[in-house]
Amino acid sequence: MKKTLLSAAIGAAVFGLGTAASAATLDDVKAKGFVQCGVNTGLAGFAQPDSSGNWTGFDVDYCKAIAAAVFGDATKVRYTPTTAQSRFTALQSGEVDVLVRNTTWTISRDTALGFNFRYVNYYDGQGFMVPKSLNVKSALELSGAAVCVQSGTTTELNLADYFRANNLQYNPVVFEKLEEVNAAYQAGRCDVYTTDQSGLYSTRLALSNPDDHMILPEIISKEPLAPAVRQGDDKWFDIVTWAGYALVQAEEFGITQANVDEMKNSTNPDIKRFLGAEADTKIGTDLGLTNDWAYNIVKGVGNYGEVFERNIGANTPLKIERGLNALWTKGGLQYAPPIR
Amino acid sequence: MTDHALNQAAPRASKKASPLYDPKVRSIFFQILTAVIVVLVVWAIYNNVAANLARSNTASGYGFLRGRSGFDIGQSLIAYTSDSTYGRAILVGFLNTLLIAVTGIITATIVGFIIGIGRLSHNWLIAKLCTVYVEVFRNIPPLLVIFFWYSGVLAILPQPRDAIVLPLSTFLSNRGLTFPYPVWGEGAAAIPVAFIVGIIAAIAFGIWTKKRQMATGKQLPTGWIAAAIIIGLPIITFLVMGAPLTFDYPVEGRFNLSGGGTIRPEFVALYLALSLYTAAFIAEIIRAGIKGVGKGQTEAASALGLQPAKTTQLVVVPQAFRIIIPPLTSQYLNLTKNSSLGVAIGFPELFSTGSTSLNQTGQAVEMISIMLTIYLSISIATSLFMNWFNAKMALVER
Repeated sequence: MKKTLLSAAIGAAVFGLGTAASAATLDDVKAKGFVQCGVNTGLAGFAQPDSSGNWTGFDVDYCKAIAAAVFGDATKVRYTPTTAQSRFTALQSGEVDVLVRNTTWTISRDTALGFNFRYVNYYDGQGFMVPKSLNVKSALELSGAAVCVQSGTTTELNLADYFRANNLQYNPVVFEKLEEVNAAYQAGRCDVYTTDQSGLYSTRLALSNPDDHMILPEIISKEPLAPAVRQGDDKWFDIVTWAGYALVQAEEFGITQANVDEMKNSTNPDIKRFLGAEADTKIGTDLGLTNDWAYNIVKGVGNYGEVFERNIGANTPLKIERGLNALWTKGGLQYAPPIR
Repeated sequence: MTDHALNQAAPRASKKASPLYDPKVRSIFFQILTAVIVVLVVWAIYNNVAANLARSNTASGYGFLRGRSGFDIGQSLIAYTSDSTYGRAILVGFLNTLLIAVTGIITATIVGFIIGIGRLSHNWLIAKLCTVYVEVFRNIPPLLVIFFWYSGVLAILPQPRDAIVLPLSTFLSNRGLTFPYPVWGEGAAAIPVAFIVGIIAAIAFGIWTKKRQMATGKQLPTGWIAAAIIIGLPIITFLVMGAPLTFDYPVEGRFNLSGGGTIRPEFVALYLALSLYTAAFIAEIIRAGIKGVGKGQTEAASALGLQPAKTTQLVVVPQAFRIIIPPLTSQYLNLTKNSSLGVAIGFPELFSTGSTSLNQTGQAVEMISIMLTIYLSISIATSLFMNWFNAKMALVER
């Protein structure tokens, strides 16, 4: 009798733990009161804690936008720094609710890893950085070089494919953490540093003499960086997706953090609907949020252009051009489906 | 009176004894209870993993091992390219782990032995130096020792363009030690055969001299002759085959020295760090083992007229071995397991290639189970070998 009771209790305890996590993510998030967001361990401009421990960056603002949409408060986020190695397990296991960590959207990650991606928050491509003293003008001259690269990334795979396709020899020097790759490049352990171009700009900034290094013109891959969520929770997937689209749409409408309140009184029905000022709109409630969800996002972090310029744009040390990440109306690829 | 009391007590006890108070029944009950709890916990974990895997929509199974890996590995003992499979990538990592374990264990044992004996030396300076060595290395975490060698010592070596030129066309730079790589010609396969034949001949010779000594009491310099056979036979074969050996010399390329063989700094740093770190522990084990042999043994040996060297060789060391071997085994296991710290400096050992495969495929549970199994197998194999060795050395009590 004692035995059966005890075993039943143990079974219930462990089994209970196993099933608790399968509730809808939105309910979980609302219940705990914050969004748990997986970000990079430290990539200048994208996700980095400042001296007082506050996270800032392009990816971080996406986490804030999601929190603003859910809670109307962009500060209700907690960050989990993840390495290239630990990021997928962190999302799969439910340790984070959403992964916004300059992660490339690929078909195998979308299918075999059990994730969902829907929009690209930053169109990137892989490049190479070399010391100017090497006098290299093109990546095709790199045969025989030692190349520093972070393990477990699409970068590592593209590198192997590119050198193989062009019949070039190279010597991979592989580290798990970005900081280790940076240190090895700086110490001269390798001749070339390769990662996404945005990462190259960010890394170059962290070197002791940024002007001694140059980024080669070749872009050897498509790296659409996208936020990821777990498969099987469409409601949460929709919220993460549309929070991202709202940023782009706000820029298209010309709504900024500064003018969002007066825009609420706009006569443009599209803008009124977007900001939840339309009389009987159901857009927000259909998402499982309140109708002023988009207003909260813009109020909290601004529009896509503001997020870009604040963290990585021309006035920041990174000085990244909008390029492919300009709005579609300005020749870029950032395009949001209609919010109606 | 007493008899009577006993006779009365015995039947009463057996009549009253409920199985609840029977120590045998109790012990069986608690053993069953423990077993049931263990089985339940394992079952629940299994269920939990299975349920979560199904819920997270991830692919599962070991089929991914046959897929193309797509990534390159800097150092490999077997042929490997990015076209090879994940299974082969893991094999490359496994062999690199074995390489570090074997070279590390040999070096750590030799250094540990020297330092351990050194601490017992009557020479004050040697004894103190060895003490300092042990205290320094024993009290630093191994990861720090690895970084010390990698970032502190090896990273300050010059760039390959300004490499330090050593004799025999060997170059030392921060890319490693580059040396002329031997390229064996036709008929070279006979040399390792000659080497093995040499070892067998040396063992046979050793047995014969021992028998001869037992029979006649005459001694031969067995060690020197055996060494001559083992080294001499391959050299004679090499010359007879017409010296089928050329060298691939390293030449200065645009970025690196190309050609030749290279020992990468990651390997050197990990090898030195693990060897020297573990040597400190082995030194203490050796010292404890020698100290553990009673003083009377040494005195008895010298009373019999044995020279000090013979006393150490024939009396002290065989007895010390019995104390040394069991803790030595756990140091060997520690070294093997610590080799996974190589991931921090980018040495492609099992954990490194395994976790890269994990990340590229997302098969966390499968990859972790493979790595666990491999480390466990290495450790168990080492343990079994050392247990066998221990049983061979142990005191045979009659």
